[in-house]
Amino acid sequence: MVSTCNDMDAIFAGNERVRALLEAVPDPEIPVLSVVDLGVIRGIHAEADKKRIAVTVTPTYSGCPAMDVMRVSIRMALLAAGFEWVELIIRLSPAWTTDWITEAGAEKLKAYGIAPPLKVRHRAELFAEPVAIECPQCRSLHTALISEFGSTACKSLHRCADCGEPFEHFKCH
Amino acid sequence: MTSSELTDLTLHLADNALILGHRNSEWTGHGPILEQDIALSNIALDLIGQARHLYQYAAELMGEGQTEDRLAFLRNADEFKNVLLVEQTNGHWGKTILRQFLFSAYQHPFYEQLMKAGHAQLSPIAEKSLKEVTYHLRWSSEWVIRLGEGTEESAGRMQSAIRELWPYTGELLNGRASYRAVRIDATAIRGEWEQRVHRVLDNAAITVPEKTQMYETTGHTADLDELLNEMQYMQRTYPNMEW
Repeated sequence: MVSTCNDMDAIFAGNERVRALLEAVPDPEIPVLSVVDLGVIRGIHAEADKKRIAVTVTPTYSGCPAMDVMRVSIRMALLAAGFEWVELIIRLSPAWTTDWITEAGAEKLKAYGIAPPLKVRHRAELFAEPVAIECPQCRSLHTALISEFGSTACKSLHRCADCGEPFEHFKCH
Repeated sequence: MTSSELTDLTLHLADNALILGHRNSEWTGHGPILEQDIALSNIALDLIGQARHLYQYAAELMGEGQTEDRLAFLRNADEFKNVLLVEQTNGHWGKTILRQFLFSAYQHPFYEQLMKAGHAQLSPIAEKSLKEVTYHLRWSSEWVIRLGEGTEESAGRMQSAIRELWPYTGELLNGRASYRAVRIDATAIRGEWEQRVHRVLDNAAITVPEKTQMYETTGHTADLDELLNEMQYMQRTYPNMEW
């Protein structure tokens, strides 16, 4: 079953063991998040004999270098757990959006010090006022954008005027 | 619609993305300020990612052992189907920004149409790419305006850049016969492009050259040879090497 919604329970229904396995596969760049938290797992089809499995994955950014690592890690985790045949189906449409990051994932980001994405529409107008992002350290909204790109393409860099700390924000995509 | 038209179109889109992505990546570590160096590097990454999706599909269409890597690293210059605009050398920062703007202003309406074309492989690629191209277009538009309205020097450099690049826009907007494989309307793209480009250039106080003779595509330039020499060097020197 391939899903367009953000319901991990629906996606993993009947495959709780697989969910547990994939929740142990981290995003190599943001290791607090698992591939399940990121919302890149869109469908599971395991054969009744529990030896063959197909996982539908939707990549994040087109050029994201972490995706190749994640695909290998997903495959290895499943093989190590006893599956004999693992197929990864790459599905580009519907396109991945940060709306698919789970609630649990958003909480983990905040605890880690990265401001989670907002659920806003991607804006295309020029010189648009950036939306104020909440500081993950002190919760202030007196923050400023330093750079559209932080340590990775998916994150922007901000600074808090109240506590003075810099922090990254997982950009809405 | 023939499958060779579909292959031509897919390679054309992939080559545009790869060559422009490679040109942009030449700025990595050399940008005027760190933030914009990183921004352009990430734009290059987006473009190369798009190229990968497209080459993977092209390899499927072509069969015969073709792979994304063979298509990118083992074809000769005369087999590449990119437009001349993207193979130009980078020049100064303003020229690179302007080139990105002119190209993104074309890529955006193109991908919008392709996304709605209902093609099983190309439409999802267009949908995915469109989100990134929306950012490329906004970033480059803002910088064209900042530089055009900046100092006397930046304005002068942008003016000379538009004179250099404008003659390449004819080929970009004429499109290709293979557009019909997915019913892309080149006239509609040209309309959107002209509207957006003129609005931004007006804002930037950059004057479009009058009566420009557009370059015809008679073949690639020596610039592409040099680019491919560098980009393909490792794969050609050590055939079948893998990282």
